[in-house]
Amino acid sequence: MPVSGSPPPVVDSLAAVSPQAAGDPLAVGAWGDAAVKFGNTFGAVAGFLAILLLVFLAAGRARGRLARPLAVLVFLGPAVLLIAVGLVVPLIRTVYLSLHNADGSEFVGGRNFGWAFTTDSVQRVLLNTLLWLVVAPLVATGLGLLLALLVDRMRGQSVYKSLIFMPMAISLVGASIIFKFVYESRGPGQPQIGLLSQLARAVGWSDPPNWLLTQPLNTFLLMAVMVWVQTGFAMVVLSAAIRAIPDEVVEAARLDGATGVRQFWYVTVPMIRTTVIVVLTTVMIITLKAFDIVRTMTGGNFGTQVLANEMYSQSFVQFDDGRGSALAVLLFLAVLPLVAYNIVRLRKEREVR
Amino acid sequence: MNDRRAVRRTFSSPLASAFVIAVTVLWTVPTLGLLVTSLRPKEAVTTDGWWNALLHPDFGLGNYHSVLFEGGSGVSTGLMPFLVNSLAISIPATLFPLVLAAMAAYALAWVRFRGSDTVFFTVFALQVVPLQMALIPLLRLFSSGAHLGSLTLIPAVDLKGSYAPVWLAHTMFAMPLAVFLLHNFIAQLPRDLMEAAVVDGASHFRVFRSIVLPLSAPALASFAIFQFLWVWNDLLVALTFAGGTPDVAPMTVRLAQQSGSLGQRWELLTAGAFLSIIVPLIVFFSLQRYFVRGLLAGSVKG
Repeated sequence: MPVSGSPPPVVDSLAAVSPQAAGDPLAVGAWGDAAVKFGNTFGAVAGFLAILLLVFLAAGRARGRLARPLAVLVFLGPAVLLIAVGLVVPLIRTVYLSLHNADGSEFVGGRNFGWAFTTDSVQRVLLNTLLWLVVAPLVATGLGLLLALLVDRMRGQSVYKSLIFMPMAISLVGASIIFKFVYESRGPGQPQIGLLSQLARAVGWSDPPNWLLTQPLNTFLLMAVMVWVQTGFAMVVLSAAIRAIPDEVVEAARLDGATGVRQFWYVTVPMIRTTVIVVLTTVMIITLKAFDIVRTMTGGNFGTQVLANEMYSQSFVQFDDGRGSALAVLLFLAVLPLVAYNIVRLRKEREVR
Repeated sequence: MNDRRAVRRTFSSPLASAFVIAVTVLWTVPTLGLLVTSLRPKEAVTTDGWWNALLHPDFGLGNYHSVLFEGGSGVSTGLMPFLVNSLAISIPATLFPLVLAAMAAYALAWVRFRGSDTVFFTVFALQVVPLQMALIPLLRLFSSGAHLGSLTLIPAVDLKGSYAPVWLAHTMFAMPLAVFLLHNFIAQLPRDLMEAAVVDGASHFRVFRSIVLPLSAPALASFAIFQFLWVWNDLLVALTFAGGTPDVAPMTVRLAQQSGSLGQRWELLTAGAFLSIIVPLIVFFSLQRYFVRGLLAGSVKG
């Protein structure tokens, strides 16, 4: 699809805007390269839209009995094809590969799973993953709920909300670099440049440890990054859910004498239960991306490895598709209960409609 | 609103406010530290904490020029090509799923046919499947095609060094969530409007272009923001389908590499990291309302 058209005339104007870059041969090369890449990208986008428009024009002419099936085919076809080729078939194929050897040529039954559960280093990885999947979502959702309740009455709440929500826009790689710097540690006697070490010294701990090398503390410090990113999301969604509780319900509870904490436990919590579970599910799914954090901060060393990274290195570094796939299947099984719960919930909701 | 006060009073006190303010500070300071460090000269960064620089400011943009065009020690290219790649990956990988999912959502909501419920539930269920489940087979498909015995279903295409595999992978992985979110919105468009158009003899294609697309603009906008942030911030898909070369790899891949290789060059690492987060932060702060609305449509209503 990429069209290798000639670079558009923007090159000159771009170079002109950046005088510092214009004199630098490296920089000039970089701007030229950028122009070609953007040319290709916009060519691809234009091609995509043009094809779509042509198909629409052609298919829109169909009348009578053919019109409806044709519409279904054109509208739904690309999405179904993409989902089938990109998700459904690979899913089945991964299960198949997990029961085969490294290059997929020989059936080995459950041997890959046996390897996962009996190898010490992988057991550690499984334990870490389980910790991540339980601790990070619970802490982020719990803290988010607490903040949602507290911030609601404060003046200037939108400022607090925005700032706490902001990390959601930052990549996990970026967040990891931010926190790697916070956790940076120097030996005794040297000035600390990491915030955490400096704080530790300020409260009188003269020789704080090298945070990222200290097991098992380091795994929790990595989780803190995930909590930092996800708490704002939980807070914003739960805060909206709390506001959406109908006034009559609150009124009725009040007339029945429920106040304060009782009202919170017996009215607020049940009313937002579904939302809490949706938030937990979402955060848990995103926690599967712990991959980014672990890879950026420790590279999986010092006992911080998680399933997603082990899966990546088994498949793309060791080229053992069997073991890699088995680990992917384990990851899938870990979130399966949540998937099932959400499907049941959606079915119920649709019946109500 | 009176009735809600009881709960609120329990949770509002000077202590509660202090807690919220403390969390807000805690949530903001690390990013501030990154920004301040990226503006300081190399020697200063390694000899004292960034908080001291707030009292004796000595700021400049030198680190940004180094990291963009020169790279660090032992690194041949700067971040510039990777920044370009990030944009060149994110824009099509946002647009493709947006358009295709809007079409699918319209078909599922308004063109009734047998099996549409099955399709919808399958799509919904696939939303939460970890994408690790699809990586290995999809990479194999892109590199060697699909075969059934000796029959070639999809031939191997040489896509190395092009953005196509990354665009395609992102589009595929985004589909379930996109179809689900947009379906929720499109299914609630007024029925009268649709029927009136059909009575006037408009085809589904016409209805889609002139009624559904304009009316769904808010939902489209919020999904577009969400998807753009997702793709821009993604590491795993890019690492798998783009490799690590300056030809295709985005910023996140490069930064994850440098986090290991540049080790103590904090002035460069922080400048690079800030460059990668400034784009999503601008998108986020300027379009926050749409973004939040989209999140809520996805989770509060379910």
